[in-house]
Amino acid sequence: MPQLNQLMFVYQSQWFWLLLCLALIYIFIGRGMVPKIENVVEDRNARIQSDLDAAERAHAEADEAEEQARTGELQARGQAQSVIADAKAAAAEQTEAALASADAKVAEKLSAAEASIAEARAQAVSSLESVAAEAARDVVAKVSGVEVSADQAAATVKAVLADG
Amino acid sequence: MAAEAGKIDPMHQFQIQGLGGAALDGTPFVFTNSALWMLIVLACAFLFMWGGMKRELVPGRWQAAVESFVEFISGMVLANVGPEGKKYVPWIFTIFTFIIFSNFLGLVPLAIIPGQHPFTVTSQFTVTGLMAIMSFAIVLVVGFWKHGLHFFKLFVPSGTPFVLKLLIVPIEFISFLVRPFSLALRLFVAMIAGHILLEVFGNFIVNGLNSGSPLGIFIAAISFVFILGVNALELLVCAIQAYVFALLASLYINDAVHLH
Repeated sequence: MPQLNQLMFVYQSQWFWLLLCLALIYIFIGRGMVPKIENVVEDRNARIQSDLDAAERAHAEADEAEEQARTGELQARGQAQSVIADAKAAAAEQTEAALASADAKVAEKLSAAEASIAEARAQAVSSLESVAAEAARDVVAKVSGVEVSADQAAATVKAVLADG
Repeated sequence: MAAEAGKIDPMHQFQIQGLGGAALDGTPFVFTNSALWMLIVLACAFLFMWGGMKRELVPGRWQAAVESFVEFISGMVLANVGPEGKKYVPWIFTIFTFIIFSNFLGLVPLAIIPGQHPFTVTSQFTVTGLMAIMSFAIVLVVGFWKHGLHFFKLFVPSGTPFVLKLLIVPIEFISFLVRPFSLALRLFVAMIAGHILLEVFGNFIVNGLNSGSPLGIFIAAISFVFILGVNALELLVCAIQAYVFALLASLYINDAVHLH
């Protein structure tokens, strides 16, 4: 085995060149390049992470905005409904008031008309009585020749009318 | 590469040779084929990492590959050691990168060029041993630095009855001392075994075809099918052994940082 046979002749050279190579790799690659490459990877990972975080934040914000829009819509709808209800109530009230006043006017007119009818009737009746009494006096005078006083005729006619 | 036609010499690929006429005289600065391949590993690692240093927000393929490579190791260390593990990432990354590039470069089929063959740096226990010893030294230094003599509590599992402690403490202590050896030998043995297997069965194919006899061609065909599977397995082992080395090193560091 050459590794054993040559050991005493080569170990110093082997170790010298090996230490040289390892030292160069250690200093320039291990301590020089590796940390830089690690930094590049870390920076990239940090950047990806921050981008992901930003995206997540934007997503959350969008969700919040949507939620706000939804609650705003609900609120607006509620408000609109209350406005509608108020308007309905006001309209109903107005209608009722108008109806009531119209009713009152109608009732007033009705009662006035009734009163005038009653008056007219009373007048008619009273004029009927006097006409009837006069007619009755004339009839009595013509038939019997008896002169009846106006008062008597009127009383008699009244009685008859009241019976009729 | 067999030394001579028809003769299988699977150990030749592990032979270290001085390059440029240098003699192996046991001094530190001899430039060998092993040193050359370490420099090739270094260059490939730098090339790979450099290609991923564009630092764009949206990574291209190369940058994505380098980033997942880095994240894999730092994620493993952080998962095993916790947030304090961040300062050990460079070392774990260094050994993982060196081992995985060495393992894969050792499988490059350079032997199709006559006289050439790839050299697997991690098939030398001088290499795996030094990396294991350094990892173990980090464990000792961090352990005693952070916990002082309390570090020895590592060998005493909490809540153990006294009688059992007499048994368990020596076992824990020995298993702790064995760690650098198991760490180094696991990688070394996996690499050397795989490469010997590839070399031997590769030679079976060549020798079988050269013999020209029906039996030789039959053996060559069987060896070819076998070596396909072994190659796939070796690719897997290359990655797994690098991962295991880095994983165990970070687990041992976790022991030193947290004492179980």
